[in-house]
Amino acid sequence: MHKPARLSRFNIASLALGLAFLYLPIIVLVIFSFNASRLVTVWGGWSLRWYHEFFNDRAMIEASWMSLRVAVTSATSATLLGTLAAVALSRGERFRGRTLFSGMLYAPLVMPEVITGLSLLLLFVATNAARGFWTVTIAHTTLTMCFVAVVVQSRLGSLDRSLEEAAMDLGCDPVRAFLAVTLPLIAPAIVAGWMLAFTLSLDDLVIASFTTGPGSATLPIRIYSEVRLGVKPEINAICTLVIALIALVIVGASLASKLSSSQGESAAPL
Amino acid sequence: MSARRIFARPARFAAIAPYVWMVLFFLVPFGFVLKISLSQTAIAQPPYEPVFDLTAGWAAIRAAFAALGIDNFRLLVSDDLYVFAYLRSLTVAVMSTALLVLIGYPIAYGMARLPRRWHAVAMVLVIVPFWTSFLIRIYAWINILQHDGLLNQILMALHLVSQPAVWLSTDAAMYIGIVYSYLPFMILPLYATLAKMEPALEEAAGDLGAPPWQVFWLVTFPLSLPGVGAGVLLCFIPIVGEFVIPDLLAGSNSLMIGQTLWLEFFTNKDWPVASAAAIVLLLVLLVPLLLYERLQKRQLEQGR
Repeated sequence: MHKPARLSRFNIASLALGLAFLYLPIIVLVIFSFNASRLVTVWGGWSLRWYHEFFNDRAMIEASWMSLRVAVTSATSATLLGTLAAVALSRGERFRGRTLFSGMLYAPLVMPEVITGLSLLLLFVATNAARGFWTVTIAHTTLTMCFVAVVVQSRLGSLDRSLEEAAMDLGCDPVRAFLAVTLPLIAPAIVAGWMLAFTLSLDDLVIASFTTGPGSATLPIRIYSEVRLGVKPEINAICTLVIALIALVIVGASLASKLSSSQGESAAPL
Repeated sequence: MSARRIFARPARFAAIAPYVWMVLFFLVPFGFVLKISLSQTAIAQPPYEPVFDLTAGWAAIRAAFAALGIDNFRLLVSDDLYVFAYLRSLTVAVMSTALLVLIGYPIAYGMARLPRRWHAVAMVLVIVPFWTSFLIRIYAWINILQHDGLLNQILMALHLVSQPAVWLSTDAAMYIGIVYSYLPFMILPLYATLAKMEPALEEAAGDLGAPPWQVFWLVTFPLSLPGVGAGVLLCFIPIVGEFVIPDLLAGSNSLMIGQTLWLEFFTNKDWPVASAAAIVLLLVLLVPLLLYERLQKRQLEQGR
C-alpha cells in the first residue's frame, strides 16, 4: 500500500511555483522593512530606521498593546469554551438542541465577517454596552472558540476511547478519567487551538472595526487606515514584527506541545 | 450501563457554558439584525427607529411593532446599486473559486505524491503563510503591485513593458489577492483527500493501458471530488462577503456586497439598510452554508 508514488516533473514544478507564490511576497515585505530609503521601492542599504520610527509612534504602540491584550484574553476564553464544546459534541452522545449547537459552532467558521461584526455591534448597541476592549474581546471569543472546537474535536475523534473506558473500569469517575487520561492526550490540540485563536484575533480587522469604540483601535485597524493612504516603510516594519511574534508563538507552542506529549504523538497541524 | 454511557452524562454538562455563550453572542444578535433591517433610518443615537423600550408598556411595544416594515428590502431589490453589488460578489466568488481549484489542485497533488516523510513538512510550509496576518499579506501585495513596485520593475527590466503598467485598483490585483489569501483553504482539504487515496488504483489504470491524463481524469479526479467540494465551499462562502481585499486592491467603480454593507454602515450611517443587506447576503449564502455544515459534521463525526 505504501508504494511511493512517482513524482513527475509537473508535480515538482507545481510545488516549487506554489511555494514561491506563497512565500515571495512575505519575504519581499520583510526585506524592505530594513530599507534605509524613504522610497519604498528604491533600495538604500540596510537600516533599522523604520523600527525606530515605530517604537516612537505612540498611537501604533497603543494599538499594538490593545491588540495583544485582546488576543491573549479572547484566545484564553475561547480555548476554554471551545474545548468544552468539543468535549460535549464528541463525548456527550445525544442531548437536546445538539443540532442547533453544532450548527452555531460551524457557521461562524465561514460566515462573512461583515455579518458577524454587524450583528454583534447591534447587540452591543441595543444593550448599551460601553464599546472598547471588552466588546472586541467578546466578539473575538465568539469567533475563535469555533475554530478551537473544530481543532479539539478532530483530535478527540481520533482518540482511542477504550483508554477512557479502561480508566473508568479501574474505578475513576468520569470527571477524573477525563482529567487524568483524556486531557493530557488532547493537550497538543488545545495548545494548537489557543495559537490559532491568538493569531486570528491579532489579525482581525472587520469584526474589530464594528465592535470597538472610539479611542480603542486595534493594530489591524490602525494599519488599515495607514495602508489606505499608501505604502509606508514603517508599516513594513510593523508587519515584520507581527510576523516575528506569530513565528515565536508557533515555535513556543509546538515546543510546549512536544514536551507535553513526549509519548510520540505529534501535535495536530492546525 | 456501559462506561461510554456513564461518560456521556458529565460530557453533556460541558455543553452548557459554550451553548449559552453562542446563543447570547451568535444567535440573539441575528434577531437584532432582523429587527433593525425592518426599522427606519433616523437621525438619532442609535440611528434607527422604532427603538423598543420594554418599560414603555404594552401599547408602546405594539406601536413599535406596527412601525416595522420591509421598505429596506424593497430598496435593496429595486436599487441597481445593490443588485449589481450582489451579482458582482457572486461573479467574483465563482471566478476566484475556479482559479483556486485550478491553482490549488496541482499543488495539493504534488504534495500528496511526495515521499511520506516529506508530507508533514509540505503541510507546515503551506500552513505557515496562513498564520501570518491576513492584512499583512494583502499589504505585501500592495508593495509589489504598486506603480513603481517590484512587479513593474521586473517587467521593465525584462523589457516586457516599456512603461509601468497599472496593477493596483484593478480586478487583476483583487483576484491575485483573493487567490493568495485563500490558497491554503483550498490546498488543505484537497491534499487530505488526495493523500488518502489508494495509489494502487492509479497504477491499475496505468497497467490497463490508460495514458496519464486519462488516469487523472477518470480515476484521480473523481475520487478527489469530496476534497474539491470542501475546498470550494470553504473559499466560496467567505469570498462572497469579502471586504478587505476588494477594498484595498480593486478599483472603486464597482463594489462587492461586503463593501456596500460597510459603506452603508460606516459612511452613510444607514444601519437599517446595512442590516437588510446582511440578511439578504445570509439568504444568498444559506444553501452553501448548510452544505458546508453537513460536510463539516460528517467529517468530524466519522472518526469515532
